[in-house]
Amino acid sequence: MGRTVLVTGVARHLGARFAAAIARSHGVDKVVGVDVQPPAEALPPGIDFARVDLRRPAVARVIAEHGVDTVVHLNVSAMGPGGRSAVKETNVIGTMQLLGACQKAPGVRRLVVKSTTGVYGSAPRDPAVFHERMQPKELPAGGFARDAAEVEGYVRGFARRRPDVAVTVLRFANIVGPVGDTPLCAWFTLPVLPTVLGRDPRLQFVHEDDAVEVLRLAALDPRPGTTNTGTFNVAGDGVLLLSQCARRLGRPTVPLLRPALGAVAGLVRQTRLADISPELIQLLTHGRVVDTTQLRETFGHTPRFTTAEAFADFVAAQRAGLLPPERLAAVTDRLAALLGQDDRRTQEPMPR
Amino acid sequence: MTAARKTEPADAKVIPIESAPSWHAGSPAGGGFADRLAEAVGGALAGQLGATATKVLGKGWEDRAASGLAFLRRRITGDYEVDEFGFDRELTEEVLLSLLRPVAEKYFRVEVLGVENIPAEGGALIVANHSGTIPLDALMTQVAIHDHHPHRRHLRMLAADLVFVLPVAGELARKAGHTLACNEDAQALLERGEVVGVWPEGFKGIGKPFSERYKLQRFGRGGFVSSALRAGVPIVPCSIVGAEETYPMIGNFRSLARLLGLPYVPITPTFPWLGPLGAIPLPTKWTIQFGEPIPTDGYPREAADDPMLVFNLADQVRETIQHTLYKLLVQRRSVFF
Repeated sequence: MGRTVLVTGVARHLGARFAAAIARSHGVDKVVGVDVQPPAEALPPGIDFARVDLRRPAVARVIAEHGVDTVVHLNVSAMGPGGRSAVKETNVIGTMQLLGACQKAPGVRRLVVKSTTGVYGSAPRDPAVFHERMQPKELPAGGFARDAAEVEGYVRGFARRRPDVAVTVLRFANIVGPVGDTPLCAWFTLPVLPTVLGRDPRLQFVHEDDAVEVLRLAALDPRPGTTNTGTFNVAGDGVLLLSQCARRLGRPTVPLLRPALGAVAGLVRQTRLADISPELIQLLTHGRVVDTTQLRETFGHTPRFTTAEAFADFVAAQRAGLLPPERLAAVTDRLAALLGQDDRRTQEPMPR
Repeated sequence: MTAARKTEPADAKVIPIESAPSWHAGSPAGGGFADRLAEAVGGALAGQLGATATKVLGKGWEDRAASGLAFLRRRITGDYEVDEFGFDRELTEEVLLSLLRPVAEKYFRVEVLGVENIPAEGGALIVANHSGTIPLDALMTQVAIHDHHPHRRHLRMLAADLVFVLPVAGELARKAGHTLACNEDAQALLERGEVVGVWPEGFKGIGKPFSERYKLQRFGRGGFVSSALRAGVPIVPCSIVGAEETYPMIGNFRSLARLLGLPYVPITPTFPWLGPLGAIPLPTKWTIQFGEPIPTDGYPREAADDPMLVFNLADQVRETIQHTLYKLLVQRRSVFF
């Protein structure tokens, strides 16, 4: 008998893509997607959709009704319908309700939770590269990272109470792809990028294809020689500096003093172009890099896209900025070609 | 050579700024601009300017200009690589070290001894004495190793957290390959086979009064020895003479330092009396000597958790540096020559 997979947050882009991928996987009989809002993109056939508000206990009924054995909790995200308080409630209360329902469901065998590398925070006094077992010096003060840290706490509690359930927590770096729906991606779409003066943070990205694949592998039985339970950092290889990202994207940066950036963030929030949260400012100040040895060696997956490739895929889907790198390169190429010509011009008379 | 190096970034910078407005008009205007620019520059180079440039900058300036343009192209399009610690090799080699090199060669006239004690490849931990109020000694050591080592190795320094709290300084430190002095980063770098530099005296060493010059301070908790033992890399003691006298610290504004959250605010014979002029270091003559490497690969892995062994090794390194310092001081003719 195949598996029955419950996917929360299926109305979102990542949720929908994951649901489609897991439905095609070998050994999966049924996929049930739940979300508080109807899916934005039509779900592929074969996926049952149930409109459930995770903050209510109704999800227990869905689990019992469909005989769910694998729960993939993707409804932990930085952005969502409603304000910040609604998002926080969905993240934290929603997880508590879901875990409560799972605890009461003897059929549940596997739980996969989407988290973020944001749980490590961004601070100048932390090591440059975070491993899974490191504790940040200061816990995230608020925002999505705090939600994720709390969610992980509840998941650890659940894992203690239900040792028979295989629990996987995946800490994703910023997920990018042709469709980027994270606060950082929204920030990158601003015509001029406000940055912090005197800072050039290191950023890491993971491509959404890799994110979907890692989630899929975590939801299935482990392949021989690998372990897919535990906590794993998920990020593309390599690092991009913010200045590199801006140049590759072709958008000019405006370095601001940190307090001024706070004021700009307020303005931008009012225009609803992007939400520059305090934790995003923190990320833009100190950056964050995680180690992915565990993902590659224990979990057994090497991301197909490096950080740079993932970002390039995001760039390709964006409108050209004010300083497109191709044009800047054309000017220097032109000058270089000129030098070449000039070389010949000056070398010709030399033998005389 | 230096003239050419300086002119490249200068004409380089002009281009994007001047051409910026025409891009808003769309691509034909952009192309038109590039053509006009090409014509103007081409004409100038074919005429008097080309001959003058050859005269002033020497033969082969075109090649240097071309490589400068290639460098500029990579920078403005973001087409360069940094490692996980933010080390920007190209920027460090082309810009940061070029800026520091004259200071090391012309100003402090750094004499480098025993650079062959740094292995040609694989990890090594350089442990050095710290002095001189501002970590100039660390920067000079980085230049010394890169310029004198046959394999042009880069020193990855472990810096105090204060550096990374400060804007600009933190950014430049990361780009130059430095990282926070913590066990995790030290070990990660050593295991990648990098040459890591550590100044275990920390602020105690760099901010000590002039009367205690060349007296090594306590070596912290010896965390650097544990990192070297875990990674099984040799420890290379390094003694730096000359840095102590760059800023002779005769006093310390304790209350101001506390107010600013700094470890100390120095008073030297020239600072703050001469204002910014007082911040110029005295032109002392420096010697940097790398000693015999102390191997650590003979110890079992769990040796890193043996406090006795760790303290003994730390003491051995400290003694070596202290003795070398005394020896170099005896040989020194004068502070400035």
